[in-house]
Amino acid sequence: MSLKQTPSQTVGPYFAYGLTAEQYGYNFNSIAGGNLTDDETEGERIHIVGRVLDGEGNAVDDAMIEIWQADAQGRYAHPADPRGSNLAFKGFGRFGTGTDPENRFMFDTIKPGPVEGQAPHITMCVMCRGMLSHAFTRIYFSDEANGEDPVLATVPADRRDTLIAKRVETAAGIVYRFDVHLQGERETVFFDL
Amino acid sequence: MTAHGPFSPRDWVSHPAYVDPGYKSTVLRGPTKPLIPLKQTLSEMTGPVYGQESVGPLDHDMTKNARINGEPLGERIVVAGRVLDEDGKPLPNTLLEVWQANAAGRYIHRNDQHDAPLDPNFRGSGRCVTDSQGRYKFYSIKPGAYPWGNHPNGWRPNHIHFSLFGPSFITRLVTQMYFPGDPLLDLDPIYKSSPEGRRELMVSKFDLDVTEPEFALGYTFDIVLRGRNATPMTE
Repeated sequence: MSLKQTPSQTVGPYFAYGLTAEQYGYNFNSIAGGNLTDDETEGERIHIVGRVLDGEGNAVDDAMIEIWQADAQGRYAHPADPRGSNLAFKGFGRFGTGTDPENRFMFDTIKPGPVEGQAPHITMCVMCRGMLSHAFTRIYFSDEANGEDPVLATVPADRRDTLIAKRVETAAGIVYRFDVHLQGERETVFFDL
Repeated sequence: MTAHGPFSPRDWVSHPAYVDPGYKSTVLRGPTKPLIPLKQTLSEMTGPVYGQESVGPLDHDMTKNARINGEPLGERIVVAGRVLDEDGKPLPNTLLEVWQANAAGRYIHRNDQHDAPLDPNFRGSGRCVTDSQGRYKFYSIKPGAYPWGNHPNGWRPNHIHFSLFGPSFITRLVTQMYFPGDPLLDLDPIYKSSPEGRRELMVSKFDLDVTEPEFALGYTFDIVLRGRNATPMTE
């Protein structure tokens, strides 16, 4: 390798009019937002809701969360997927925690199918003011057979539940709760990716 | 190894540690437990694809994309460069999203309370996509420095924020581009969070060949993302 990676820097507090402009009401269209679906999307409709909590348990109001997931058949909308890209479901969402009064992020999506023998999961990227490098984690689902998942198996048993979103059935539909703990006793597992 | 990965690891020499007490907000926000290794799967070797179709006609020109009643104030600049991987291979069709303060050092973001004027004709966000050779170019106004509360009389150097995906979700990079000769660089804990020898990779170069006569000063800024995994000598 001949070149060195350009260093990461924080996304800072003022990303919204660039990266999440529509959500925050700035006059600029967005490449993605909190809704990954349209009327045609196949799969079980779910909401993913959570907060990003700092080392004192306070909700972070200037975080940006991104998610990347497969479709209901476990296919990714990307040329590397050997089964062929599902162009109808892009699988990418982005949401800032600065618009909800409780500083929650919220995604409307579908539950992904299993990928290469892994339990259904979503890859999440966390960034905020005060994070110089982004952090990757995974969302698993409390009602799936996570015991067989090869990635979860590598995570210390007492930390696995930081990766598992809790299913709640509400009048508004199926909600998975997933809080991200940046620090503390319940610090979310972040992967070396 | 396939054409799509796996990717080489994040270079934690270049990239800042999560907790860096010089930048105070990291103390409560940076993860503190060791990262857990993860053998890359299809979930890591894929990522969102945003090409030319995701960019509007004025998205690459922040001197034009938010005009109301005139031109934005400040020094016009052209920023051009290439997006490469660690092997020097150009990365075509890669989205860059950029955002910045205006010439007075004020962000349009509602939470920015700095007592400097907004410019009605400047928003300060845009995007562009690399061509088949990995090249990109956008137009803007040179951003001003602005104060921040991290430490007494703290000022951020002039900078433009960059966000890129690259070929997969794990090649993602968010960084900041700085300007050559800025005296604030050596005083800035965010810039200095990357070690000497690497932080300079974030400083653009003034480039007369990119400079457009009678119009705008040119700066060159190449960005290097993670490459494929190191390959054996025999390959």
